[in-house]
Parts: sequence; structure tokens; C-alpha cells
Amino acid sequence: MKKVLKILGGLLMKDKSKLLSIYMNMNKIRKFEEKALNFFEEDKLRGSVHLYIGEEASAATVCEFLTDKDYITSTHRGHGHCIAKGADLGKAMAELMGKETGYCKGRGGSMHIADFSKGNLGANAIVGAGIPIAVGGALAAKKKGTDQVAVTFFGDGASNQGIFHESLNIAALWKLPVIFICENNGYGISVPQCESTSVEDICVRAKSYDMPGYKVDGNDVLEIDKVVGKAVERARKGQGPTLIELKTYRWLGHWTGDPQVYRTKEEVESWKTKCPIKRLRKYMLDNKIADKKELDEIEVDSQKLVDEAGEFALNSPEPDLKTVMDDVFCEGEII
Amino acid sequence: MSRKSYAQAIKDTIAEEMRRDEDVFVMGEDIKVLGGIFGCTRGLVDEFGEDRVMNTPIAEAGFIGAGLGAAAAGMRPVIELMYMDFTYVAMDQILNQVAKIRYMTGGNISAPLVIRGQQGIGRGNGAQHSQCIESIFMHIPGIKVVLPSTPADAAGLLRTAIRENNPVLFVEHKALYATKGEVPDDPEFSIPFGKANVVKKGSDVTLIANSYYLSKAISVADKMEKEGISVEVIDPRTLVPLDKDTIIESVKKTGRLLVVHEGHKVAGWGAEIASTVMEEAFDYLDAPVARLGAKQCPLPFNLGLENAVVPQEHEMEEAIRKLL
Repeated sequence: MKKVLKILGGLLMKDKSKLLSIYMNMNKIRKFEEKALNFFEEDKLRGSVHLYIGEEASAATVCEFLTDKDYITSTHRGHGHCIAKGADLGKAMAELMGKETGYCKGRGGSMHIADFSKGNLGANAIVGAGIPIAVGGALAAKKKGTDQVAVTFFGDGASNQGIFHESLNIAALWKLPVIFICENNGYGISVPQCESTSVEDICVRAKSYDMPGYKVDGNDVLEIDKVVGKAVERARKGQGPTLIELKTYRWLGHWTGDPQVYRTKEEVESWKTKCPIKRLRKYMLDNKIADKKELDEIEVDSQKLVDEAGEFALNSPEPDLKTVMDDVFCEGEII
Repeated sequence: MSRKSYAQAIKDTIAEEMRRDEDVFVMGEDIKVLGGIFGCTRGLVDEFGEDRVMNTPIAEAGFIGAGLGAAAAGMRPVIELMYMDFTYVAMDQILNQVAKIRYMTGGNISAPLVIRGQQGIGRGNGAQHSQCIESIFMHIPGIKVVLPSTPADAAGLLRTAIRENNPVLFVEHKALYATKGEVPDDPEFSIPFGKANVVKKGSDVTLIANSYYLSKAISVADKMEKEGISVEVIDPRTLVPLDKDTIIESVKKTGRLLVVHEGHKVAGWGAEIASTVMEEAFDYLDAPVARLGAKQCPLPFNLGLENAVVPQEHEMEEAIRKLL
């Protein structure tokens, strides 16, 4: 692995199975989000739904470097991270609908999906709040002497929270195996980054904490591959954390009802030309890594999986109202 | 049994639990070499090393969040806050994250961590270092709230807290650290949560108090006894879970209740107990439930002013006489 890293600069560039896995995950995420939007518009699910369309390369590529034992924490825009970390699409969609069969038995919803069996310590509805939790996952890994790593996904807005800075300091101070992934989509709801953030590149904040910081095109799987592979390897070797800023863009509004008066249609359309899924497809076709038929099949298969997930969620039961107080505490489990 | 201080009881219990379970570790501000400003972790680093007795940066939200992540990932952090007032610096992590993670995830994730530290009056620490914080945390579901009043209770309740698979806010009192009492030597000695302590039996009035105010309540009860008034003193020990049964049972017997606490009277936990008694034992009451708590102003620095804000023993006596 190490040699491959040095020669290619990225771990995945010519690894067909991994590239196809990323392609599959990006398609699953895209189609899952489209399905969720349809359900929302049809009044089949409620609440705040923050869609990840346009940003799929981040979750899909980063999680390709992780095992089920590695931890992630996620954000209010967390469906993609959950899916890329291996979630069952049916349980995920059922949670968005608040169904008994959902990952959190309908108690969490879109913003609190967690699948601990895959190392997902949860999405989070408070901006930046998942960051120290990942640091803690990494602290546990270090204490237990495993080679697990923790990845925390967060947005550009979170990098202005105090907790971001506290967490980077702690992770660097204790040399913890954390990879901080800032998905910079340029806006905190309606506020452009230039109105909220003192720096143009959030990755420069790594310098303050004496850790490596990188910025890359967050819509390019191969560019993400180059830095994330190194960061994960560095973390597994006990060399400490890394901050990676992925420049990306959300195609849809901040939430499903966002009037989007703060940006132009031209801006949105220009980003759509940088679609991460199309770019990976083109790369694989141009370099003869995969042929059109294979890639088309993946698209069809991912749509099928999402359709099945939607049916599963629609047909799942509502939670039993008698269970409403379950899981506030774990009772009777004193060791 | 050994006679030891409240602070020593806490330290010994942490050490015993660290010996028993290698997943238990402590972290907090100034705890490693200094042993915390009240010495509750002093010397632990010599036995357990700096990987298990960790100084943290002054970043309460950061290290409590890290404690949550570590707990979710299988560790049992015991986190010391230098002053419980500093919980307010970390409110999001405690109330939105620690207290909710289990419920939000439908039981997917548990958070077995203890956040412990001291609060209260007695050292002239002023408005930001003398508050009682427990009522705020009692209001939010998902975190247990424990207030030990004696060295034995500190030991027994802390052991339960560390072994508990739920998050626990373990609220000590700065004025109690030097107080001494008999503590069982058994390293398995524990006190269950949700079991109030009937500290003194009585028949005329029920007096509920905890933490630093328990000894004041006992002193008032002893004094009243000489006047022929029999006061039953109850220490709830844990506010979450609250042992309603013991309280209701006592009130059914005495027909009169005074709740006293050091924290603010307005929306304090005494109001919760008063309401509960009125809901569940109204027909047994011979007088309206009485409450005493701090006046609705920040804790002042000056000793005289500080005493003017919090309930005094003579006020407790007057309140009891008024009930009769």
C-alpha cells in the first residue's frame, strides 16, 4: 500500500474495484437524496431535510479508506456519510420517515442518523458539535492501542465555531488519529463564506495547531484520494491528525424549502458542470478502467436499491407509542 | 470502616475503580500533578500514569465532547470540572449531545461518562464560581444528577456513577471536601441511584435537603426536637432519578413539608418536589408546602451578602414553625 501511495500519489487511482465502489456509493447517495426529496414533496416525510446532492465525492471517497471499525461523525447534511459508511438504505430511509424500522427507531430523523455497527457515531443538528465526539473516538482508539481512525465531517460554517478550534487543538496536542474533513460548500445557509470567515482557505487554520492542512477540489474523487489516503495512513501510524478542506457545492437549497435568493441560477448551473459523478465516470471511461455497460449497470442497480429502500420505508410500521420513553436511559445495565 | 474526608473518599473510589477497570480514566483541568484544586485526583498519576490521569486544555466543551466520543467508543471517562459553573461553558456538549445521544439514536449509542466537580458557596468565589447548577440539569432528560452529602455517600454514589452505563453529573460541594465521616472499606460498596436517605426519623414535619444543606437540616431538626417538634430529614441523594416514593410516604405520615436548597428558589428542584407532593399527596397535607432557596440574584462575593442570599438555619426554623 505504501509503495502504491508513493508511485501514484493516490491509493485508488487505478484500483478498479475501489473506484467502482466509490461510483456505486455516489450513485446510491444521489438517488437516495432524489428519492428523499420526492417523498418530502409528496408529504411522505417531514422535518428538516438537508440534501447532499453535488457533494457526493467527499463521503464516498473518504469512507473508501475506512473500515467498519473506524469512526465517523457527521452533520445535519449527513445522509451521504451514513450511506458511504455502509448503512442499509432501507433503514436509513425508514429513519427519515420516522419509522420503527429506522436506524434510530424514529427518534432521530434525518439529522440524527447513527449506525454504530458501522462506526457511525451520528449525524448532528448542532453545527460543529460532532467534531469533538470524533476526537473522543480517536482518543479511545489510542487508549485501546488499536489502529482505528476517526473522521469528522463538517462544513465551512462549523470552522467558525469555538468547538472546531478546541477540537483541533486537543487532537494535535494528544496526536490523535483524527481526519478533519471540512466540506466547504461556500455558504452557511444564505451567508457566503466571505461574510462569515476570516480566511479564504479554511485549511490554513491547521497551521495554528501544527497539523497538516490541505485543500482540494472536493468534486474530484482522484484529488480527494491523494490527500485522504495520506491522512488516514498518517493517523493509523500514530502521527496525528490532518485537516482537509474539500471545495464543493450543494446543488439544492440548504433545506428543502430554501428560496435560494442569495445565489444565482448561473452559479448553480456552473457547479453542475463539475458533477463529481460524471467526472469519475469520464475518468474511468477515458482511461478504460471500466466500460459504459458496467457503469450503466451500477446506475441501474443503485436506483433499484434506492427504490427498494423507499418501498421498505413506506411499508414499515410507525413506532409503538408506548415505547416513547424507551432509550432515554439504559436501565438495569450496571456492570 | 475508615474515617476519611469527602475528598479522600472521592479519590479512593476513583482509584479503586481504575484498578478494577482499565477503561476508566480521568481527565480535567489541573488534575495530573496538582491533583485538582481540591486534591480529588492528587497522586493518582503516580499509580496510573499520565495516559489515565490526563490534564486537559482549558476547553470544557472540547474535552467533554471528547469524553462523550471516548465513552461511545468503549471507554469510561471520569471528567473533572474545576467548578461546576464551567458546565455552562460546555452546555451544548452536555445537554444537546451527552444527554441526548442515546435517545436520538434509538439506543444505538450509550455514553457511560461521569462529569464531576464541585459547586456552591463557602469560599467567597463570587457569582461565576459559587452557583448551584443541579436544577438546570434536572430539567433536561438524559443525564443523571447526583449530589453526595457525606464521605460515605460520595464513595457509594460515585462507584455507582462510574459503573453506570448512562451519563452522570456528579455534583460535589466545595464546603464538604474537608468534612469527615466513616466510609466502608469494601471496594464494592455502592449506593444505588434513586434511593433517598431518611437521615433522621420524625413525625411532625418532613424536611428535604441535600449536599451542603443536609448538615444544616440535621442541625435544625436536632434543635427543633428539643422544642418537642419531630422533624424527619430526607436526603434525596439523586435528583435524577428522584425517589418520589420515600418523599410521598414521609409526607403522608407528617402532613407537612419544607424543601430547602442552596440554589435559587425560582424554578429550583424544590419546586418540582413541592408540585409532585401536591399532585400525589394533596389530601394528606395539613399546610401548604414550604420552600426555601437562594434569592433571585447572582451570588455576591462579600460574606455577609452571600449569606443574605442563601437560606439560613433560622429561616428554616421559622419556616417549620409556620407549617405547624
